[in-house]
Amino acid sequence: MFDTIALVIQRAVVQGIPLLYGSTGEILTEKSGNLNLGIPGIMYVGGVSGVIGAFFYERSTETPSSFLLVLIPLLTSLFGSGIMALIYSFLTITLRANQNVTGLTLTIFGTGFGNFFGGSMANLFGEGGSLALTETSLAFQTSFPFADRLGSIGTIFFSYGFMAYMAIIVALIAAFVLKKTRVGLQLRAVGENPATADAAGINVTRYKYVATVVGGMIAGLGGLYFIMDYTSGVWTNGGFGDRGWLAIALVIFALWKPNVSVLGSILFGGLYIVYLFIPGLERSTQELFKMLPYVVTILVLIIVSMRKKREYQPPEHLGLSYFREER
Amino acid sequence: MANRAEKKREPLFHIVKRDTIPFWQSILIRVAAVALALVVCAVVVVLFTDLNPLEVYTTMISGSFGSMRKFWATLQNTAILLCISLAVTPAFKMKFWNIGAEGQVMMGCLGTAACMILIGDKVPSAVLMLIMVVVSILCGMLWGVIPAIFKAYWNTNETLFTLMMNYVAIQLVSFFCTVWENPKGSANIGVINMSSHAGWFPYLFGQQYLLNILIVLVLTIGLYIYLKYNKHGYEISVVGESQNTARYVGMNVKKIIIRTMALSGAICGIAGLLIVAGTNHTMTTSSAGGQGFTAIMVSWLAKFNPLVMILVSFFLVFLDRGAGEIATAFRLNESMADILTGIILFFIIGCEFFVNYQIVFTKRRKEAR
Repeated sequence: MFDTIALVIQRAVVQGIPLLYGSTGEILTEKSGNLNLGIPGIMYVGGVSGVIGAFFYERSTETPSSFLLVLIPLLTSLFGSGIMALIYSFLTITLRANQNVTGLTLTIFGTGFGNFFGGSMANLFGEGGSLALTETSLAFQTSFPFADRLGSIGTIFFSYGFMAYMAIIVALIAAFVLKKTRVGLQLRAVGENPATADAAGINVTRYKYVATVVGGMIAGLGGLYFIMDYTSGVWTNGGFGDRGWLAIALVIFALWKPNVSVLGSILFGGLYIVYLFIPGLERSTQELFKMLPYVVTILVLIIVSMRKKREYQPPEHLGLSYFREER
Repeated sequence: MANRAEKKREPLFHIVKRDTIPFWQSILIRVAAVALALVVCAVVVVLFTDLNPLEVYTTMISGSFGSMRKFWATLQNTAILLCISLAVTPAFKMKFWNIGAEGQVMMGCLGTAACMILIGDKVPSAVLMLIMVVVSILCGMLWGVIPAIFKAYWNTNETLFTLMMNYVAIQLVSFFCTVWENPKGSANIGVINMSSHAGWFPYLFGQQYLLNILIVLVLTIGLYIYLKYNKHGYEISVVGESQNTARYVGMNVKKIIIRTMALSGAICGIAGLLIVAGTNHTMTTSSAGGQGFTAIMVSWLAKFNPLVMILVSFFLVFLDRGAGEIATAFRLNESMADILTGIILFFIIGCEFFVNYQIVFTKRRKEAR
């Protein structure tokens, strides 16, 4: 019994980590007032950029060092998702384009980019066949060597690759920065009311750019984790599914607090897979269970808006571009 | 040192919002953006194929117009995309960011498919058609009105709400796909009423898609008139400009929001009807196929003008089909289409800035003095 529970928790965490990266990134972005609906696309690009880096490194050497096997995909992934977030920032902040439209375009582009390169990398540059980055994914999946000896405790706490722990650390750092530092305070000011922030001497444009790009890079890591750790380096087109949107749902569920989204992500991961562990479900009913994370998010959204508690609301200026001249 | 500080105070250029822009100039900017985008796309395609760029475009054109069948399919795809774009427009004009069109269309599909499967053989076909129309509209409407009610009464964020509703709808469709699966175990519905053709749209003049296209055409003109010459249309734009103004002049903002979203959802429901009864005769979880999101782009790029949307949706469908043709012809992955569409959209989105704003170089201004 205890073993089953440990297994459920472990599966939930593994499902939750990509969502945690995505939501941490999106929270930072939204706190600057940018509603980046391109996160699903960015996560695809983050994943596939890592794949591209790993692919060329694995092909270039006979004896890959595990340090570089981790470092190179990590850097290429950050680079790819950074570029995507930069496109979004340039269009919405500098060119003042509509955020929803830009974000959705980014998602179309990013998903296409991911599936194109993920699906045809091997055809375009290699020997053909499907892509499997076994060595890289082994490096990413390395967990604590003593996990096996600790039984259930080991399964729950020590059985993950390093990126899972990194996700939690990044989320906690983000929470700390947002809540306790001057930079975080100013960032929140930009998202709540950019005109006031501007008047107070805060560089609104710079805050928006930095928050969006850093947020995009963090979200992209979710894609990298998914492909390198969760699917063991095997790319399937569309395999990432709707996790990007789920990450945006998680932002709402966590009420724009990265530390809450650590637990939220595990809960969402659990909701995502709970149908596997309920005995006697029909296949059709399983589909209904997959609805759970979204339904829960809608309920949270409704309850929060009804209670009108100020600290639970979305950033005041979310989704609106800021034009200094238009006041 | 003093010099540098002075320079800092006077930036190289500044940005001014245009009051008006001559029509030809705004068109010129957009055409230039599309042309630039096509060049970038050609470069991308040439990188992955050994085509010369001209061949790229001829392949794209043949993908959309190469044969009668392809031509009709292009028109049909345009009609569906246009229909969904029309649906989201009234809400957008009201600044209600309905990105739940995908889900609302899926609900329309679900309603239609349910009628065809459950009562397809039990009622005469005229009655069946009527029931299908009503049910699909009601299903779409329901999905649109739920977020609208919460928006109107509690100011619940509609972007996020409608986004989540998409996935609830998709899972619901997925559920029914398994319930009605045929053959057993496939989790697919397959073609509905294969032998009796109950609930299928009739062929007009031997063309399968003509009825769809005509329906959408009527909707387009209807919506144009509704938005431009009807009191409701006026109320929608007032609420979009400023809810406070609307309230001040005595409009019932809550009622307008809910009514407009009901309309939005209803047209999405019709799109679902056209997809299931008029085109595919089946339902899958990807029946809407992301068009609910593309439609948002169409509506926005057309500046919420239904007549311009005809052009924009046609252009996007042309791109999609053309890129698809390149992908098949050169055995590239079909996601190539998404990449090209994305690039072109980036350019069009970016060029709106130059339509709305003017960059004034400081130097030039000095000389003018």
